[in-house]
Amino acid sequence: MTSLQWRRFVDLFWTAASGTGVVLALVPLASLLWLVISHGAAGLSWSFFTSLPAPVGESGGGVGNGIVGTLLLVGIASAMALPVGIGAGVFLAEKGDGKAGSAIRFVAEVLSGVPSIVVGIVAYGLVVERMKRFSALAGGLALALLMVPTLARSTEEFVRLVPGALREASLALGVPKWRTSLLIVLRTAAGGIITAVLLAVARAAGETAPLLFTSLNNQYWNLRPDQPTASLTVQIFNYAISPYEDWHNKAWTAALVLLLLVGLLNLLARLLSRNQMEGAR
Amino acid sequence: MMRPQEVATTSELAGAKREELSGPKVVSAPKPAPTPPIEKTGTSETEQPKLRVSNLNAWYGKTLALKGVNLLVPPRSVMAAIGPSGCGKSTFLRCLNRMHELIPGARAEGTLLLDGEDLLSRQVDPVVLRRRVGMVFQRPNPFPTMSVRDNVTAGLKLNAVRGDHSQIVERTLKQAALWEEVKDRLDESALGLSGGQQQRLCIARALAVEPEVLLMDEPCSALDPIATAKVEDLIHELKAHYTIVIVTHNMQQAARVSDQTAFFYIGELVEVGPTEKMFTNPDKAQTNDYVTGKFG
Repeated sequence: MTSLQWRRFVDLFWTAASGTGVVLALVPLASLLWLVISHGAAGLSWSFFTSLPAPVGESGGGVGNGIVGTLLLVGIASAMALPVGIGAGVFLAEKGDGKAGSAIRFVAEVLSGVPSIVVGIVAYGLVVERMKRFSALAGGLALALLMVPTLARSTEEFVRLVPGALREASLALGVPKWRTSLLIVLRTAAGGIITAVLLAVARAAGETAPLLFTSLNNQYWNLRPDQPTASLTVQIFNYAISPYEDWHNKAWTAALVLLLLVGLLNLLARLLSRNQMEGAR
Repeated sequence: MMRPQEVATTSELAGAKREELSGPKVVSAPKPAPTPPIEKTGTSETEQPKLRVSNLNAWYGKTLALKGVNLLVPPRSVMAAIGPSGCGKSTFLRCLNRMHELIPGARAEGTLLLDGEDLLSRQVDPVVLRRRVGMVFQRPNPFPTMSVRDNVTAGLKLNAVRGDHSQIVERTLKQAALWEEVKDRLDESALGLSGGQQQRLCIARALAVEPEVLLMDEPCSALDPIATAKVEDLIHELKAHYTIVIVTHNMQQAARVSDQTAFFYIGELVEVGPTEKMFTNPDKAQTNDYVTGKFG
């Protein structure tokens, strides 16, 4: 075999191998989508989005309070996690080359590896035990703890991508460092950071384990942060482990709603980051 | 490389060529002169050097990058710093508005007097200093998230200077010989401009904060000859109001734009003098070898 033939063979082999890898990676994703849509689409109706869950035996009902609850939980979590996570990320990128920086980076890495159920227990101990009550606040705290490390790390990545020349340009105009960080660096990295935020929010919206014993569940509408709150994920969990056929179907439909919600957030993140790329070119 | 005798004529030719290259001149020198920042020193003091550098040493960590530099820059003149790569000329420039402090481990010692005030003193806030000593960089670096207009006023806005900036936009863009080219696209992204236009935009941005001294770090090295010619014309015009220090690798450029030339070699200031003398009859053999292209 000549060397050219051999090279062609190697090329073909690796093209085929990586192609197979792609297909194999797509199989679970496609089957997941297919299962959720095929089982859940039948139960979709307007009232599923707007009404409260129906008691066993009654038909109809929906997960309206779960959708609202998930949004409430994610809102509380974002209010706590965004300032901390983004602030830490900017610090790591701008001042994080010393010992403090590597310590924070290490802690963030450890924290992002902590199983979500453990984070739930921490939130239980910190909030639920003291308030003597399950609450949206406790659930929000648990989700916030999960969001902070990933937010900090991805914010750092995006801030580091901002060219040093822009920092210098601003500083050479006699702009103080903090204003440069805030108005030039953060603004230039904004598109990337928004993407990171939306992905973190999407991830938090999909969490179940830390909510089981923090925000618990609620059969009714709730907007008060000090009350137990329904959430899509916990509702799916409850429906899925129930013995009723109707509830199983509802679990599929609620899963589809959750998937749509998360998909929407991802799509939004894509669009925003694409706009940013065009801006930066 | 050209011979020293030819320099004078070459630079004259280059001047003539520039006119051709840039075509009919759209913008004349800004006639309604902005309040010249230098005037406040009074006529008797205008003979004083704008910048007086004595015994300036600069280090990167333990490496001595500048060794005992002494020189004077008269007001409203152009000083060119030339020399091979790594000779310390950019370090010298950065010391002048303390941008060297942004590089970890870099420090400078000596005296750097701007109108008699020591810039390296601890009492001087580098942030305030940089508003008096502006800088234009090697690569055009407009802010990508901002429009042309916002780029010009960035120095004012970021420092929370309030008020109507539209006059400043027009004045500085005219000073930078860019107004005619961008007046209809002030609200478009600065990234839509060509490289040469971006560089002139960066010059306008530096002028908007009304500095007294303008530092230029190889401002034309990323530009094509036509854009280079425009920036060089601009330097000639800015000289009327500003003191300019320019670092360049291009010796013809130094000969064309500067009144004085400083030749740096391996961290030392070998020679400084009137540009014509430096290129025709320098005192040191080393300078002669460099400007005639025997090494470097």
